[in-house]
Amino acid sequence: MKKLLLSSIIIIIGITFLGRLSYLQIFNFSPDLLDDPSIKLVYDYPERGYIYDRNGKLLVANDPAYDVMVIPREVRSLDTLEFCKLLNIDKEKFNKELNRARVYSPRLPSVVVPQLSKEDYARLQEKMRHYPGFFIQKRSLRYYDTKSAANVLGYISEVNERDMAKNPHYIQGELTGRIGVEKVYDHILRGRKGKKHIQKDRFNRDIGPYKDGILDSLPEQGKEIHITIDKLLQEYGERLMHGKRGGIVAIEPSTGEILSMISGPTYEPSLLVGRERSRNYSKLHYDSISKPLFDRSISFEKAPGSPFKTLNALVALQEGVISPSTTVGCSNGFYIGRSKKGCHCGGGKRNMNSGIYKSCNAYFVSVYRKIYEAFPSSSEGHQAWAKHMKSFGLGQYLGSDLHTGRKGRIPTKAMYDKWYPNNSWTATTLYSNAIGQGEVAATPLQLANMTAAIANRGHFYTPHVLKKVNGKDIENPKFTEPRYTTINKEHFEPVIQGMADVYKKGTAQYIQIPDIEIAGKTGTVENFMKIDSVKTQLTDNSVFVAFAPVDNPKIAIAVYIENGYYGGRYAGHIASLMIEKYLKGKITRKDMEQRMLTRTLEREYAKPYSGEEFKINEYDWSQDAIEPKPETSSK
Amino acid sequence: MFGKSIYKRIDWLSIFFYLALVAIGWVSIYSSTFTTTEQSIFDFSSLHGKQLFFIGASLISILLIMALEASFFERFSSVFYVISLISLLGLFLFGRTIAGATSWYDLGFFNLQPSEPAKVATALALAKYLSDIQTDIKRRKDQLYAFLIILIPAVLIIPQPDPGSALVFFALTFVLFREGLPLYYLGIAFLALIVFVTTLKFGVVWVAIFLGIILVLLFLLKKKSFKMPIIPIIGFAILVILFSLSVNFVFNNVFQDRHRDRFSLWLRLENDPAKLEKIRKTIGYNTHQSEKAIESGQIYGKGFLEGTRTKGDFVPEQHSDYIFTTVGEEWGFIGTSIVILLFTFLLLRLVYLAERQKSNFSRMFGYGVISILLIHYFINIGMVIGVLPTIGIPLPFFSYGGSNMFGFTALLFIFLKLDTNRLKEGI
Repeated sequence: MKKLLLSSIIIIIGITFLGRLSYLQIFNFSPDLLDDPSIKLVYDYPERGYIYDRNGKLLVANDPAYDVMVIPREVRSLDTLEFCKLLNIDKEKFNKELNRARVYSPRLPSVVVPQLSKEDYARLQEKMRHYPGFFIQKRSLRYYDTKSAANVLGYISEVNERDMAKNPHYIQGELTGRIGVEKVYDHILRGRKGKKHIQKDRFNRDIGPYKDGILDSLPEQGKEIHITIDKLLQEYGERLMHGKRGGIVAIEPSTGEILSMISGPTYEPSLLVGRERSRNYSKLHYDSISKPLFDRSISFEKAPGSPFKTLNALVALQEGVISPSTTVGCSNGFYIGRSKKGCHCGGGKRNMNSGIYKSCNAYFVSVYRKIYEAFPSSSEGHQAWAKHMKSFGLGQYLGSDLHTGRKGRIPTKAMYDKWYPNNSWTATTLYSNAIGQGEVAATPLQLANMTAAIANRGHFYTPHVLKKVNGKDIENPKFTEPRYTTINKEHFEPVIQGMADVYKKGTAQYIQIPDIEIAGKTGTVENFMKIDSVKTQLTDNSVFVAFAPVDNPKIAIAVYIENGYYGGRYAGHIASLMIEKYLKGKITRKDMEQRMLTRTLEREYAKPYSGEEFKINEYDWSQDAIEPKPETSSK
Repeated sequence: MFGKSIYKRIDWLSIFFYLALVAIGWVSIYSSTFTTTEQSIFDFSSLHGKQLFFIGASLISILLIMALEASFFERFSSVFYVISLISLLGLFLFGRTIAGATSWYDLGFFNLQPSEPAKVATALALAKYLSDIQTDIKRRKDQLYAFLIILIPAVLIIPQPDPGSALVFFALTFVLFREGLPLYYLGIAFLALIVFVTTLKFGVVWVAIFLGIILVLLFLLKKKSFKMPIIPIIGFAILVILFSLSVNFVFNNVFQDRHRDRFSLWLRLENDPAKLEKIRKTIGYNTHQSEKAIESGQIYGKGFLEGTRTKGDFVPEQHSDYIFTTVGEEWGFIGTSIVILLFTFLLLRLVYLAERQKSNFSRMFGYGVISILLIHYFINIGMVIGVLPTIGIPLPFFSYGGSNMFGFTALLFIFLKLDTNRLKEGI
């Protein structure tokens, strides 16, 4: 037994080893090519898809760019000074980059100078052979055929480690969309990269395709897309927005297609391309006052103001608590308990029509109260009211194909129960909601969508920006099927009549556009800010929603201008001009256009930061002149 | 002395295995240290050139061993042992540090690693002690002395630090078992190892469950007449569970991360891919790379000098501890299985030779030689193919290095010399 012990151990070990080795070498071999240093995988990047506007006008294309690359261990002694001069960078930076490349890997290529211009490239190309270890790699950069729509288009940048972890498709150095269309439709635009496996010999020389290329794949071009944006309208809107802060959203009511989406202030999309990208980005990112990277058209949620009255009118009609002819007396104001609240409508007897076109607060507070009082308790009344409001897409994400945005707010019962415990709240407590001033909040996109729903007399399509992929119209039912509001169709006519009269004889009568019948609603929203922890009133926000033509709406628009004073001033002007631009293609009210292009609100925006006392709601705007933004000429 | 007779008496089969292994070893070293620049295989500035020199010198030392009286080794074994201990002690004063371990004497042309000759000397000394007419391995006192002979050099080597080489000495306990040390010592050690591994792999609860299952099976399968010794079995079960708990405690509280990582790599404890990736890049890098390289050799290998991973220096220490990787990549399963078979046949042949010795000293020394070769071969290849944790010891006759080449050659040929003398001793 003892004599056999050692022999059996020797045999058992031998069998174990042979078993393990046969497992490793015969059964387990998984051809993980990348793991084999003798097979190099090379990617062939496809061109990123172009982006066109709704009319086929080019917005984004590609431009070749050239990176200077280095393989550190192949670098021989070189005339650094001369080379730096060629590359147009200083010696210190060059040495720093070279060192970084060496630390990263002596054998693998690294970028020394990214994204040379075509001119620099031409100059460098013929001298390159004097600098072993360096070579030039061609890449494709985004080229923007417009100075507008940065917030819609978004930008692309290199993937980071997080992207790569999330999506194994990406590899180091690849580009991906960051915001906007570039991000949302990255999977369409980027195409599919091709792969080539290259066999190396032991001197690390390429000796041809591995296994005659049976594992290789060709790159697949990125698809081109058409977006719903109207390039000319977008550019025009940004010119009008010049010097102002706020958002504009225009929607085609019959499809839900977003015609333009303007956020002011904005930036030129080409700033975030090329060598200066990160410097420019920091500049934009750290502008914490005007926040150019903040997309006000979809992320700026504020009290909607008087345009919200139209919805209250619709809810009251739907619930049957009033008829269009029901009248309310306005005594230049109304009473909440014993305190009198003001109204700017001029006083007198108001029915629905005049209540809307004169924007009578007293009328709508009364209507709002009637909605609630039709129910056994105010909380039931509130819930019914909130349900109607939400059916217009308020207080929730609309489900558009935009990458970001806010959902606005329709206050909930729970919120009021918390604020006013023991059921102590009634419609009177919440009267501000009647005039769009209370707890309700909406983004310009939501206001535009709400207007589109009114224009369609009771339904809307989820707003979206994608129109065509490779020339084929989208068929996503999410965007092509209507969403109905809870208001019956017949209740819209009286409200729309009131909105049309806003232009004919109401708060927007001075900004009429010849030959176009527009329905609109002004809003003048009180506006507060904490300055040194003191709640201070600022100049009112100027709001306007409109659609036109009244009978066959082609455009619904919402304009929200921060501190623009009354609704008919900045917002009303801009909305009217946009409508005219879109429907006629040219501007007949040159006086109005001139007024908007040459006015700025910078003085208004500086007030809260001046540290001094300031006046609000100044009627005189003659000091606020600005050099108009030049018209961009598109190719 | 060197007459015709020794050619007839020497075991040519062992010599054939030895030469085959040395030759394959050198070819592997040549391949893994090969550079593209033209050089002669006799270029002594290259590692394969130096190894060729060491092999030549070893062959000469074989002649020397053969020329000596067989009884010389037995007679002077105590002297060798004492000299070895002194040389190990001397390292604390004059040692040269390479790669963090003070294991060498700098002799100018050559770095001597005294732990290699110490293996030979200890094997001789142990055989000498055990074969003494006064010694009885059944006696506790003699067991203790025998253990001390093994333990002292090991203790001197551990602080160099070179735990791998120290471990080798414990293989000499095989000699004791062969000579009559009760086998339950081995049984206990084996059981402890199984509990250790099971605890780490499955946890204490599963150890208890496995134990329960085994006891129940025992109970069901026993003969009716056999009465179960209830109390000892319960005591045994409690001991096993206590041991399992203490393993858990030591692993989690006494071990450092680097130790834990080695075990978790060995026993595949880590399932989190991110952490696994990290282990593969740090502590498990060698094992991962060597496994991959061996894997990539498949059945037939990539061919001599065509191992891309060998060429790319992907496996560190490939000419020394990881030399087997080169065989795996360039010669494939054919090559690796030939090497395994050569080792197996050599060891079995040596067992056969040891068992036919009439002299107790020769037999015991033979067992010592087998134990030392076996443990090197077992740990080294086990580590390279990923069935054992990383313990850096050389592969006999293969790995680059003069000291171990001399050491293993001396071990083998002293025994072969003793074997040539077996008939004379027997008279």
